[in-house]
Amino acid sequence: MKKLIKTIGVALAFSAFASFGAQASEGGALKQVDWSFNGAFGQFDKAQLRRGFQVYREVCSACHSVRLIAFRNLADIGFSEDEIKAIAAEYEVQDGPNDDGDMFMRPGRPSDRIPGPFANEKQARAANNGAYPPDLSLMAKARFGGPDYIHSLLTGYEDAPEGFELGEGMNYNPVFAGAQIAMVAPISDDMLEYADGTPATADQISRDVSAFLMWTAEPSLEARKSLGFRVMLFLVIFTVLFYFINKKVWKPVKRGEQV
Amino acid sequence: MASSTYEPKNRFIKAVNQQLPILSLIHGAVGAGYRAPKNLNYWWNFGSLAGVCLVVQIITGIVLAMHYTPHTSLAFASVEHIMRDVNYGWLLRYIHANGASMFFIVVYVHIFRGLFFGSYRNPREVLWFLGVIIYLLMMATGFMGYVLPWGQMSFWGATVITNLFSAIPVVGDSIVAWLWGGFSVDNPTLNRFFSLHYLLPFVIVGVVILHIWALHIPGSNNPLGIDVKGPQDQVPFHPYYTAKDAFGIGVFLLLFAFFVFYAPNYLGHPDNYTEANPMVTPPHIVPEWYYLPFYAILRAIPDKLGGVIAMFSAILILFAMPWLDGSPARSARFRPIYRMLLWVFVADTFLLGYVGAHAPDYIVHIGGVEIPCLILGQAATAFYFLFFLVIVPVVSRWETPLPLPKSINEAVLKKSAAKA
Ligand code: HEC
Ligand code: HEM
Repeated sequence: MKKLIKTIGVALAFSAFASFGAQASEGGALKQVDWSFNGAFGQFDKAQLRRGFQVYREVCSACHSVRLIAFRNLADIGFSEDEIKAIAAEYEVQDGPNDDGDMFMRPGRPSDRIPGPFANEKQARAANNGAYPPDLSLMAKARFGGPDYIHSLLTGYEDAPEGFELGEGMNYNPVFAGAQIAMVAPISDDMLEYADGTPATADQISRDVSAFLMWTAEPSLEARKSLGFRVMLFLVIFTVLFYFINKKVWKPVKRGEQV
Repeated sequence: MASSTYEPKNRFIKAVNQQLPILSLIHGAVGAGYRAPKNLNYWWNFGSLAGVCLVVQIITGIVLAMHYTPHTSLAFASVEHIMRDVNYGWLLRYIHANGASMFFIVVYVHIFRGLFFGSYRNPREVLWFLGVIIYLLMMATGFMGYVLPWGQMSFWGATVITNLFSAIPVVGDSIVAWLWGGFSVDNPTLNRFFSLHYLLPFVIVGVVILHIWALHIPGSNNPLGIDVKGPQDQVPFHPYYTAKDAFGIGVFLLLFAFFVFYAPNYLGHPDNYTEANPMVTPPHIVPEWYYLPFYAILRAIPDKLGGVIAMFSAILILFAMPWLDGSPARSARFRPIYRMLLWVFVADTFLLGYVGAHAPDYIVHIGGVEIPCLILGQAATAFYFLFFLVIVPVVSRWETPLPLPKSINEAVLKKSAAKA
């Protein structure tokens, strides 16, 4: 009886705890991708992140910003200093005021944040039928499912089922909450050519940009996991050591001696 | 505290200790000069763990505050600055955010320990009251801390919770405006929450000191719930419980580190990675997990004022435990019927937590029956209060406890003889 109640209690505890994490999105089931950064030792696939950056630049950046990322951060995913300087210089950045008190445009520098496509939310909405393409820097942490969600969303467009009332300028996507989204399907097969020659299927493009967005959301992931391993190792040794110390200290008392 | 038994050998240390007997104080509080029951089990580790949590929160919090900016237009960005640009800032923040959850896990177990072994009973009522006060202060601190990163859940959680006070008749709206420092949750609110979030942990430190002081007068309770009869029932705190606590800290830190390094956002809500936006209400506003049972109680009552009263009563009722429990025995070990009901109560709080995490119209399937969360929450709330107001007073007075052992020493000797 005691065992049974305890078991039920523990089971309830776990199911309650698990349910906090699983208050899943309103949309449909997500594709579970076997990301290189999954698991305790998983790390980013740098080549994939660079492809993802290419997708972001050539496709998503028409509508979305990644405002938390500076050009210099691209060093983390394997770009050299010269490459970063060259990428930054392709952008125009506002600076100033100069000695005459005027704002002016100059080529980007590695220390600048990557400029977004729009000056402000109003401009973004005006260009997108009133819809607002959100900043993507933290998107992979701002939705249940993270990168799985982004990948499922990007590859989740379908024809609306019979009788579904699709709003003006909306697209059917069961992964999105409410199943209609203002973003048109942004990805298709062979829409771009990868610098590293990887075949650019829609699925590949979607995975690459989702992985890239995981990096923009959590650039410390690699440092976190490698430090984590060393900390866990230390703690295991510490704990085992004190387990035996404690046993030894208590031995006389367990034998019935008075102390 | 037995300060007289401490005799330092070094002359210099002895001289200093004579003028400022701080070493005697430590010796008498957590050293060999303090004697504790020899039969304490691992449930007794959670007090020291709570202390570890408090220290961790204060140290990481102070360093976070060096880089954090309490302004509505900068708070979210400053937290991301901590995550990206501050050396090991991500580590500090993940420790602090998960540390709050760990702190609550530890404190919930600690409170449960008290309930199970009757640690709130005479002569430890004041100790228990101080504990409940610490818990209330933690709730306030955690709530205000969660507002600081200024994400969507920060903002909307603050809006929902502060709005509760508007249910108070006549002065409700004025109180809410006073809490906000304006007409909605805005910059003045964020500023005062930051100030109070910095202050309250130190108030907690103060109450913790009183809590430990009050502990040292009667000494620890123990799993048998019987009084210590003499030194044969005890062991010196050091090295016996320092070693045991160190082992417990190791196990606890493993769990803590697991969350920090491998699931740092599991206990948080993704919406808090979207900056606060007063124009966009999230579809489900949910508080941090440690408030969920009380959130469920709040929503179980259809009337707003009634819900607020029920929610606060659910916590404050802990103060009444010394009077509600009238059993001749402290420990639930010797009260099989009460013990079973106490476990049902624990399951009930988990059920409330589950309900609190879901929308009231969310349908739960139990063996083919469809029950909306609202109904489930109302049933669980009813049991919650039934437990305190009926089960504890009635069962404790009606149930005859099993025979108690004569002394702690005798019980320990019997156990070691059985093992040998
Ligand atoms: C033509 C403009 C446009 C392009 C190009 C575009 N998006 Fe979007 N995106 C939008 C709009 C508009 C929304 C807002 C949709 C809504 O709220 O209904 C959006 C929303 C999103 C969302 C948020 C979905 C949610 O759960 O709220 C994600 C993620 C996203 N886009 C990813 C991408 C990625 C990745 C790319 C590049 C492969 C991309 N988008 C390209 C316009 C665009
Ligand atoms: C009782 C101890 C404490 C508890 C329970 C607690 C709890 C919390 C919580 C839940 C958060 C939100 C975490 C997040 O989602 O990011 C937070 C944030 C914060 N806390 Fe504390 N805290 C405590 C002590 C302190 C102290 C002593 C300080 C400073 C002196 C402090 C400074 C901060 C700062 C600056 C933030 C915002 C940064 C961030 O969001 O990570 N905290 N706290």
